[in-house]
Parts: sequence; C-alpha cells; structure tokens
Amino acid sequence: MSSPRRAAAEPVTLPDGKGRFGAFGGRYVPETLVPALDRLQAGIETHLHHPDFQAEFLHELKTWVGRPTALSHAPALAKRWGAQVWLKREDLAHTGAHKINNAVGQTLLAKRLGAKRIIAETGAGQHGVASAAAAARLGMPCTVYMGAVDVQRQAPNVDRMKLLGATVVAVTGGDQTLRAAIDEALRDWVSDPDGTYYSLGSAVGPHPYPYLVRELQSVIGREARAQMLEAAGRLPDVAVACVGGGSNAIGLFHPFLADAGVQLLGVEAGGRGAGLGDNAASLTYGTPGVLQGSYTLILQDAFGQVRETHSVSAGLDYSGVGPEHAYLMHSGRVSYESATDSESLDALAECAKYEGILPAIESAHAFAGARRFAEKNPGAHILIGCSGRGDKDMPILQNTLLKALHR
Amino acid sequence: MKQPRDSGPMTSPSERISAAIQAAVAKGRPALVGYLTAGFPTRRHFKDSLAAVAAVCDVVEIGVPFSDPMADGTTIQRASFAALADGVTLPWILDELKSIEPRHSAPVLLMSYLNPLLAFGIIELPRAARDAGVAGFIVPDLPFEESGDLHHALAGEGLALVQMVTPVTPPERLSMLCREAKGFVYAVTMTGTTGKSADGKFGDVPADVLEYMDRVKALSRVPVCAGFGIRSARQVARLAPHVDGVVVGSALVEALERGEDVGAFLKSLR
Repeated sequence: MSSPRRAAAEPVTLPDGKGRFGAFGGRYVPETLVPALDRLQAGIETHLHHPDFQAEFLHELKTWVGRPTALSHAPALAKRWGAQVWLKREDLAHTGAHKINNAVGQTLLAKRLGAKRIIAETGAGQHGVASAAAAARLGMPCTVYMGAVDVQRQAPNVDRMKLLGATVVAVTGGDQTLRAAIDEALRDWVSDPDGTYYSLGSAVGPHPYPYLVRELQSVIGREARAQMLEAAGRLPDVAVACVGGGSNAIGLFHPFLADAGVQLLGVEAGGRGAGLGDNAASLTYGTPGVLQGSYTLILQDAFGQVRETHSVSAGLDYSGVGPEHAYLMHSGRVSYESATDSESLDALAECAKYEGILPAIESAHAFAGARRFAEKNPGAHILIGCSGRGDKDMPILQNTLLKALHR
Repeated sequence: MKQPRDSGPMTSPSERISAAIQAAVAKGRPALVGYLTAGFPTRRHFKDSLAAVAAVCDVVEIGVPFSDPMADGTTIQRASFAALADGVTLPWILDELKSIEPRHSAPVLLMSYLNPLLAFGIIELPRAARDAGVAGFIVPDLPFEESGDLHHALAGEGLALVQMVTPVTPPERLSMLCREAKGFVYAVTMTGTTGKSADGKFGDVPADVLEYMDRVKALSRVPVCAGFGIRSARQVARLAPHVDGVVVGSALVEALERGEDVGAFLKSLR
C-alpha cells in the first residue's frame, strides 16, 4: 500500500501571480520596495529563462563554480546504516556550498538590471562569501550584512569575504544573527531601491525571491536526479536535505516533486529541544505569521513578536522558513522533522571519519535525519543533500567535537 | 449593519482624522502629527507622555513595538526593543488607551507592523481598537495589494488604514494609492528608514521633494501629511505650503528619551 505522501505528486506551477504557494508567501514590504520588487519580477520574466541568460549562467556554473558537482556513493555509511546512501556533493562547489549557484545567478541578473552595487545578508557566511566571490568575478561592489554573533562564530568566512573585496557590516541590533542581518539589508535597500540589487541568499523574503532562489538552486535536484538514474539505475526512495530558510532543500526537492515514488524529507535545526528559543525549527514548532516579507511559519510568541532561535549551526539559525516549504508541509508532499545539535554533530563526526568528507554543520542535520530514516526503512536508497563543507565550522567544532576528542 | 456605538457626532473615526488635519489647515498652519513608541522610555509614564504629545499635536501616532522593525532607523529600533524588553504588548496598549478619561481630542492612530496585528486577530482587532478610542492604523509592511483583509475588517468599524506613498512610487500607482486612501495620505519624504534627515545635500528639503508633495496633493481627496526625517521648524515651514500636515517621529522619540519637555519641543516646530 502506498502512503498518501507517495501518492501526491505536486503540480509545479506555484507560486501564483501574487507570489503565493497556497496560503503562504506574498509580498509584505514597505511601499518604497514595491517598485523595486516589480522591476525584479519583470527582470526575471525577461531574462531568467531566456536562452542568453541561461547560456551565460550555465557557462559560469560549469567553468567557474565547478558543476555538475559529484554524486558520491557512501559505502561506509551504507554499511553502518543498512541502506544505500548517495551524497549530492554541493560541498565541492566553488566557495564550499550550494549558495554559489544562487549568488552567481542573482549577480548576473543584477548586471542585466543595471544595478550599481550588490548587497547581501549572511548567516554562516556562506552566502556572503558566495556573493562576494560572484560580485568580484562580475566586477561589482558588494556589501554583506552579518549578525555580530555570526561574525564571531564564523570568523574564517568574514576574512574570506574581505579578501574577496566585500565590505562586511557586523549587525549589532536585534538578535545579531541572520534575521537581524536581513532586516539591516532591507534597510539598506530601502535607502537606494534604484541603484542597489539585494541578493537574498535563501528561499525566503517577499515575492519573487522564494521563486527566484528556487529556480536558481534547482540545478542541484536536476543534476542529482540524472546522476541517480545513471549511477544507481533508479530514483532514490527518499531525498533528504537540511532546512534553515530552505534554499538547498527546495533546490534538491523541486525537480523530484512530480516523482510520486520519491519521498522528500527536510530536516530542521532542533537545537537543544522543543522550547521556544531552544531551536530554529519553524516548520516543526512555528505558527503562521509575517516575517521579512513573507507569510510563512515563524517562531513567535503569543503577541506576534519574533523570537530568538538557537542552533549550533549559524546557517540554520533563523526564525522563519521559505513559504514554499510551509506549503509543501501542509500539502503533505514533503515531511519535515528536526535534528538536535548533538545528533547533528554526531552525524558530522561519523561522515568525516568513515567517508572522508567533513560536511558543514548545517548539512550534518540532513545526515542525522537520513540515518533515522534508514533505521525505519532498511535497505532504502537514500539521497542526501550535502549542502556544504565544514571548514568554516572549525571554531565551533574546536569548542564541541574536538574538545570531547581531546578529553 | 452595525450601529455606531459612540454617542458622539456621526462621523467615523476615519473621518475624524481627516477633519482634525483640515481644522489645523483652516487655522493657517500644517497639522502636526506626533509619533511615540508605546511604553517608551517607560511603561509607567506612557499615559503622561501621550497626554503631553496629544496636548500639542493634531493627530497622534502610537508605535506598537515589533521585533523586526525593518522600515525604521536606529532611534525607533532602540525604542521598540526597549519597550519590548519592558513587556509592552498590543493588548496592554489597548488597555491603557481604554482607561484614558476623558479621551484626548486629537485622534489616535496605531502604527504597527503586520505581525502583531495578525497575532491579535484581524477579526477581533477593529472592535477592540475602536473601544480603545483608536481611529486608524498605519502598517508599514503592508502594501496595498496585500491589504484587502485588514482594510475591510477596519472599515467595518469606520477605522482608517492609512496608505503610504514614496518618492519612487510610479505615477500610475501613485494615482491608484491616492484614490483609495483613507484618513490621510502618508507621503514619505525620501527613500530610506525613519529618523534620517529629510534635508538633501544642500541642507534643506530638496525642491524635487516639494514637487512630489504637490503631485500627491493634487491626486489625493484626503489630506496629505509628509513624514520621515522631519526634525526642525525650518523643514516644517518649507513643507507647509505643499502639504496638509507633517509627521514628527524619531525626533520626538529622542526628546522623550532625553527626558525633555516634549510639549515645548513640539511647539517649537510650528
């Protein structure tokens, strides 16, 4: 008997004209940004699927980013978990994570729209580094907003951005993490909506960003789907990805939405546990509301105040989630669960030791979820989105895993 | 249909806002709209601060603090975070307003980001707001296209949803927004967040801003108030021939923060 989740393949025509994925999404921004978003939308309609843009985008992905990224069989994890395990290696992409796909695409778009400068926000620093690199490559000045807490815990990435020529602004207001960085980037954009292009790094924010980011990141799932057919001769039983804002997850999932036989599993940051403020799992524990331009699920109190989150992973440490994920959870097409800090660090250690791959702590959440799936589904073919590499996490790992190792 | 529950004149709260602004204009001066963040600097003195502002201003905007004030500059961010830390909530604000006897003659609007209103409940909000003497709302992250539900809910109690327009609003959109406006049109003086100076690089409100105010004025059936970055009597005087009123926000919040006599500060702007 097939479960309802397997039976329900999704139409892939969303969002609608108002940027809605079912009830979720939309465009909740100050009036100053409405014309800028209209121009962005018109620019997307003109350029994004135009053969000239696609040719340039794919050329950059191939010759500069290093795509297609590998699909690796993971024999040791397979043996340990009693399943077939395949890794989509976004950690091998230039600058170390999937973020570069989106950054290159949006920077190319910004040039076509005549923007004078790029601004970006960053949590773990991966989108910041990717934006700085893409802007350098295409000859545009770049300013990156980063929460002061993240500046500290992801220090290697701050220095990388500086070497790549970007100006890094540490945001000391608000929660001093990704959410505050987005607020500050929006304030910058409101001040110069005509000359500045805001390169938003995740599938969040006002329409058309969730759509744009999904389209640019779907290269992950398209490649992985073809690679699975080639390497395994079949599609996976499940594709697993970590979810913060949800850009790598939507990029991996979207090309599989119509494959009714492929389950999709998103893994959020479970942090220390279920309490408000102890995790960053907006789909698991959140309630509907409007945050940073979008109606989605958010971690908030009874008065609609958005709450601080906790995750060992800076890239997942966000109080909201992309509206398409909220929709896919409600439709039942994608399942979402969470993995705690310690489960994720264990999964990271296991992958590093037995597969010779050090995933980012963000990506390690997907490994933790995949391992749980394997326990319940022996022999399953599992595709894991290894969204980034863990080099940037050394300061955190020195204070966690390595401390335990040295004890 | 609902019967008006106020025993006073048969004007809706929305019309009271327009009338208060027009009354100032009739006296030959621009209406003064004062903004204060609710419960800042302290919850305990909120009603006193409000009374001091309402005594001088023609219309009062009360800011509902929010965790993510993306349209606000540093002053109102600081005030919002302090008020939240002090436990200010929308129900508390409405309770405080409800307890004021007699009501201030200046109409009161709430300025709130959308999410605290959604958390309160769009269905419950209009009645609760009207009972607290609130005449309308300004919601800086709610563009016209998304505003239908709230607009209709508020209209059921005669409350205004004030529309913002900006210098970068394209002409057709400007006409549409002005046509639909209730209470007054909030004409933002510049691209940017609250609290910067509306002065251009030549140290005065730029001529193109005045021309834009003239365009808004020509399109609008309700009064037009200029806001964002208005801090001095000189700016007010320069804007006065082009608008029906001016909004003073960050500068007023800073005066409250310093513990100054806000009545005297507001009078100095006239």
